Amino acid sequence: MKSAILQTATRYLLPILLLFSFFLLLRGHYYPGGGFVGGLVASIAFVLHSFANGTASTMKILRYKPLSLIPIGLAISTLSVVAPLLLGLPPMTGLWFEEPIPVIGMIGSALFFDLGVYLVVIGVVLTILFTIALEQ
Amino acid sequence: MELLLVIIIGLLYASGVYLILRRSMVKLLLGIMLLGNGTNILIFLLGKITKGSPPVINEAYKVFQDIYADPIPQALILTAIVISFALTSFAIVLLKRVYALVDSDDLDDLNTPEEEDL
Amino acid sequence: MIDNHILAPIFVQLFTAIAQLMFWRKTVTQRFLSVGGSIIGLLVAIRLFTRVQADGILTMNAANWDAPFGIVFVADAFSATLVLLTSIAGVAVSLFSSVSLSRQRMLYGYFPIFHFLIMGLQGAFLTGDIFNLYVFFEVIIISSFVLMTLGGRKAQLEGAVKYMAMNILASMFFLTGIGILYGITGTLNMADLALKIQLVQNKTLVGITSCFFIIGFGIKSAVFPLYYWLPSSYHTPPSAVAATFGGLLTKVGIYALIRVLSLIFIPDDFTRTLLMGIAVMTIITGAFGALIKTNVRRLFSYLIVCHIGFMVGGIAMFTKIALMGTVFYLIHDIMVKTNMFLIAGLIRQLRGTLDMGKLGGLYRDYPKISLMIAIVLFSLVGIPPLSGFWPKIFLFQGAFEMHHYFFAAALIIGSFITLYVIAKMWSQVFWKNPPQEDLLDDRFAPMRPYRKLLMVLPILILGVVTLYVGLNAEAIINITDKISSQLMDNSEYIEAVLGDKTN
Repeated sequence: MKSAILQTATRYLLPILLLFSFFLLLRGHYYPGGGFVGGLVASIAFVLHSFANGTASTMKILRYKPLSLIPIGLAISTLSVVAPLLLGLPPMTGLWFEEPIPVIGMIGSALFFDLGVYLVVIGVVLTILFTIALEQ
Repeated sequence: MELLLVIIIGLLYASGVYLILRRSMVKLLLGIMLLGNGTNILIFLLGKITKGSPPVINEAYKVFQDIYADPIPQALILTAIVISFALTSFAIVLLKRVYALVDSDDLDDLNTPEEEDL
Repeated sequence: MIDNHILAPIFVQLFTAIAQLMFWRKTVTQRFLSVGGSIIGLLVAIRLFTRVQADGILTMNAANWDAPFGIVFVADAFSATLVLLTSIAGVAVSLFSSVSLSRQRMLYGYFPIFHFLIMGLQGAFLTGDIFNLYVFFEVIIISSFVLMTLGGRKAQLEGAVKYMAMNILASMFFLTGIGILYGITGTLNMADLALKIQLVQNKTLVGITSCFFIIGFGIKSAVFPLYYWLPSSYHTPPSAVAATFGGLLTKVGIYALIRVLSLIFIPDDFTRTLLMGIAVMTIITGAFGALIKTNVRRLFSYLIVCHIGFMVGGIAMFTKIALMGTVFYLIHDIMVKTNMFLIAGLIRQLRGTLDMGKLGGLYRDYPKISLMIAIVLFSLVGIPPLSGFWPKIFLFQGAFEMHHYFFAAALIIGSFITLYVIAKMWSQVFWKNPPQEDLLDDRFAPMRPYRKLLMVLPILILGVVTLYVGLNAEAIINITDKISSQLMDNSEYIEAVLGDKTN
């Protein structure tokens, strides 16, 4: 599908959607949002790009295979789950830094868990979509 | 609201079962998806629908003062949606491969007698 | 007692899988990681098992949320035993698959998915929350879908469609049951459910809900009217995969059934009669199915179904003796059935086919391996004093105490048909001379010695464990006795999870 309108729109939409997905990720702890939704929005941004410019060019701007995001994301999530064990607390207990950080707000292990989920979702969705798209 | 949801659940389940009992692979997949959605709405309904605030106790009080909405059904549904997302995407890829190999949408054709072991 | 480390068996598998994903397409590294991770998993499981034996039921409140509100993980004697058995089977399958699988399958991520599967199994055994059980079930089935389709041959994909459809349907039943259960009780913690379900006035609704669970777990554990997906799919994937499936996946269904029935829906007369009918029919149909099969793996698939019936029968009687029989049979079955499919893989490697008509002469060519296999086959049949014999005593005792003569008859028929088909298989595969020598394709002889060893070693490990279970039956009986008294009287479990809050 070649459409000048979609291609031009995507060029602006891709960064905005990525930024929005990151916003959703950070917002997720107290309000609707979170890693899964953020990851879906981010992957939809890339899907839109692949609709407009073809799957090959999307893979080019990603540089790395989306598959490699999965172990990184899983590792971040799992480490944030296991981290409380080092302090003698049960796994998955939320650990929080004392001071809030500007813009992002309070940082805790839950945020890292969500970050891991975010990466895994992008990796999984893009892997599936590229697999289906490249077969044709 | 409850009555509407009950009717929707019934419709989703009925059409899901109907589609699963067809012979077509695509309809099988659609049926599974409808059943999944029906189940999600069922959990939502059984978690008692109330208009309430999030169940977070205000710092000033010792007990919760307001009507609260049960957050657990939503957490369950969210998890179930994520899982069915994974299952469905896998099923689509699988059925696509099978269609390419068998060249038929009919579930009854999936019985190629073959020297099967590997 | 609270122990924050009971999730270690899960995390070991998870970290192994993540490490393997990082070494994507480096199959040699993945093999070493897989074997290493499985062995660490086994050590951790042994530690958990000994701690549970010493200190009683251990619990862990995830995220430090107190019991009925957060997700709780519980290791009682039953869970710890199954975690240990799963880890042993995991080591064996991991060793076996490092030589028996084609490189092509490993490139597509066999090992990480295998470890995710084992992780799901460990999680299902350890969780004390019914929705969390559902989540781990989904982890198991998604991984098993991938394992089943890896390789992508036509027969495999056709089997996978049936497997997928039935298993997703089972999950739907399970999830619907959870939804209704939450609606009528307002909790998901299994120990809390055990208390809250007694307060529900509408007993009919509880009965209907229990049917959802029985159907869902029934599909997963392949009982009588719901098992047809199993024989039409289990013979399609490679033997290492089939070993994990045949040895462990159906048993998770049995585990979940026991757990739910012993805690939440204490079986009433109707449920017992229903389960007893299912058990008898499962034994008979599974046994008759096994009679007519000429392919070794198809025969084993039907034997799985037949022996699931034994366990369901024990659950149906729901007395202490009968549950001891079921649990002992579960222990025996996980070890032996995993081994059977590994043996099928070895036979295939030795002869290039699994059709009993074309096989033959294995005893003549490989007497030592054949003798080792013979011990496993005898254990499966239940020749005293091997491991399949002891649980049947308890099942018979239970059946006569409760006057379930139909079940006793089915047990006898099932055992004799198992004996007959295994004897037939032995004579066809091992004793008879192969009809056409030149058609046989021995891929075992040209293998390098260490690869030969890696192929035989897992069968030997599982065989030794089976022998231990059979010859040291007293120790196992003590464990099953403890397990079944914990199952019959769930107050210990509830108290361990909820603490003093019960009264």
